[in-house]
Amino acid sequence: MLDICGVLFTYYNRLFGEKLLFLRDFRIMKENSQDIIDSLESREYQYGYTTDIETHTLPKGLNEGIIRAISQRKGEPEWMLEMRLKAFRHWQTMKLPKWAHLDIPEIDFQDIIYYAEPKQRKKLNSVDEIDPELKRTFDKLGIPLEEQMALAGVAVDAVMDSVSVKTTFRETLAEKGIIFCSISEAIREYPELVRKYLGSVVSYADNFYSALNAAVFSDGSFCYIPKGVRYPMELSTYFRINAQGTGQFERTLIVADEGSYVSYLEGCTAPQRDENQLHAAVVEIVVEKDAEVKYSTVQNWYPGDKEGKGGIYNFVTKRGICRENARLSWTQVETGSAITWKYPSCILAGDNSVGEFYSVAMTNNYQQADTGTKMIHLGRNTRSRIVSKGISAGFSQNSYRGLVKIAAKADNARNYSQCDSLLIGDKCGAHTFPHIDSANRTAMLEHEATTSKISEEQLFYCNQRGISTEDAVGLIVNGYAKEVIAKLPMEFAVEAQKLLAISLEGSVG
Amino acid sequence: MLKITDLHASVGDKEILKGINLEVKAGEVHAIMGPNGSGKSTLASVIAGNEKFTVTSGSVTFEGEDLLSLPIEDRARKGLFLGFQYPVEIPGVSMANFMKIAVAEQRKYKGLEPLSPAEFLKLMREKSAIVELDSKLTSRAVNEGFSGGEKKKNEIFQMAMLDPKLSILDETDSGLDIDALRVVATGVTRLKRADNATVVITHYQRLLDYIVPDYVHVLYKGRIIYSGDKSLALKLEKEGYDWLINDYKE
Repeated sequence: MLDICGVLFTYYNRLFGEKLLFLRDFRIMKENSQDIIDSLESREYQYGYTTDIETHTLPKGLNEGIIRAISQRKGEPEWMLEMRLKAFRHWQTMKLPKWAHLDIPEIDFQDIIYYAEPKQRKKLNSVDEIDPELKRTFDKLGIPLEEQMALAGVAVDAVMDSVSVKTTFRETLAEKGIIFCSISEAIREYPELVRKYLGSVVSYADNFYSALNAAVFSDGSFCYIPKGVRYPMELSTYFRINAQGTGQFERTLIVADEGSYVSYLEGCTAPQRDENQLHAAVVEIVVEKDAEVKYSTVQNWYPGDKEGKGGIYNFVTKRGICRENARLSWTQVETGSAITWKYPSCILAGDNSVGEFYSVAMTNNYQQADTGTKMIHLGRNTRSRIVSKGISAGFSQNSYRGLVKIAAKADNARNYSQCDSLLIGDKCGAHTFPHIDSANRTAMLEHEATTSKISEEQLFYCNQRGISTEDAVGLIVNGYAKEVIAKLPMEFAVEAQKLLAISLEGSVG
Repeated sequence: MLKITDLHASVGDKEILKGINLEVKAGEVHAIMGPNGSGKSTLASVIAGNEKFTVTSGSVTFEGEDLLSLPIEDRARKGLFLGFQYPVEIPGVSMANFMKIAVAEQRKYKGLEPLSPAEFLKLMREKSAIVELDSKLTSRAVNEGFSGGEKKKNEIFQMAMLDPKLSILDETDSGLDIDALRVVATGVTRLKRADNATVVITHYQRLLDYIVPDYVHVLYKGRIIYSGDKSLALKLEKEGYDWLINDYKE
């Protein structure tokens, strides 16, 4: 919690006057400053799980007892427990999906702890104690010092004791009637809303991991934008797994009511580590009539070491549904995780609705990514646009997988897809699996694909102008990814550019 | 400024430069001519540090310092500029951004702070005027969709921006119409000072109507076989290379 406060504060400083970056968990806002200072002082090294099962953690494995315990611990209503159990029972009948172009090691689902209280990290006393490797990355990303300290868990004095920041922050949202809180809180405080929408876009039965998530999700975010509210700032979840311990099975639900607008940011560019190897998040977005949602992600989970040891398995289901005249835009920059399995999709249910997918997926060393999108055109005059930029380096495998489906009733549907692959070195792989399924003759579909390499000539040219090879690769890659990066909100875009360059370090020359 | 002594270089097993000797002093313009395949572009590449070629023996010094031991980018930062025969495209990277980084790297090497955005823009405006480069081109991606003439003008624009001590222009005149040739050559002439030097690699004497060389060298089969003054270029234009190279034919 304290880490979160620190992050909030520094972002506020950086962006004050233009934009506020908001954090996901509002519980911290309720604490008064004295509580924060108290908890800071009492916060000791508590690494690992304690034996006190009642208060901290549930045993390994998955069964109905565990699910009941999770639900009970969260103080959930009966219907929520029922939803979880239904999902669990269905999950037991399901098989692991094998169709992706991924080599996934065996996962023992009974060897996972499905619920643990947020763990505290070891407190550091000064900047000097930050892991030098991490510090170097922070510096390269240009993260301000005070923020570095917050991210790395250095005790930051009372700077985070800023009641006014929190108050302003809460007031801004409340004024507009926006609900933005943890999903656990939402289930307790706004049960009707959650019950109406949860599982309405991504059913528990959708796939193996969505079923698992529905059964055991530990926390996540809930966001509701009321009718006609066009929120001018960026809503952000600054995902800090180590700070919150809820990252393993995230559940996010965003509802943009009629005529509303929101831009939502997930993730951060700072490197994120976690001892939980398996991540199976679900994000559901409901975009009502005339509403618009922009969802931007920067994913930088620990990708494993240079030999491919360790790293996060990231199996994510993200999908939104667009009603009449609605618009949903996914933008993602994926540089982390050992394995990524992720297809942010749009169901264009309403007439004249628009879906967009802009993606940069970069893999290096032994990373594997199978990512893309599904554009399901159900309404008339629906339009979709896909721009996918894959970058493979090292020994990595990078696949684009996409589906454009035009239903029989979707008259005059349009899709434009562009799938580009950039190869760095000759030991990596780039693959594209575009699927088109049209049941309507009036549909117009375009697909363009290119594969390119960073050439020796390009590098020599840059070198000859005084630009080092490492900087040149960063420059060329960012040029290649520019169209997607440009879709990100400004402060994210700048960091994402640096991230792309850093993630490729050592891949050339 | 530049001193090349008995330089041998090869690509794979094939020796291309077979003992080049050349000295270029500040304030001088040298032209290197010669038939196709004689090693002119290789010489330019080797001086710049292209790793495609291996230097097998000989030395190159730049202001008294061993150039061959320096990485490509440091040679550039020290003030060596290569105008490319075929400038490459770098999609998505604007010319302005590219130059901003290049100029900043050079300044950093010299221990200078980067230019402020205003200073940089002013510099770009000044320098693009020298080669009559359309200012819109600087906001486009590096060489992407540039015409042949624009690419060559763009090379000279970069030369102007980086203000090198030694410029090697590799067939900057190839593929240019007469107007573009005049613009490029005038640009080069305007950048000439007593403290810098230019090496022009060319096939044709016509470029030398605009860029007047102090020395003309003929490169053939990896060696400089003949050197003279400007009149040599005119003679070559009229009589070709045969009178020179007959002795060297196998």
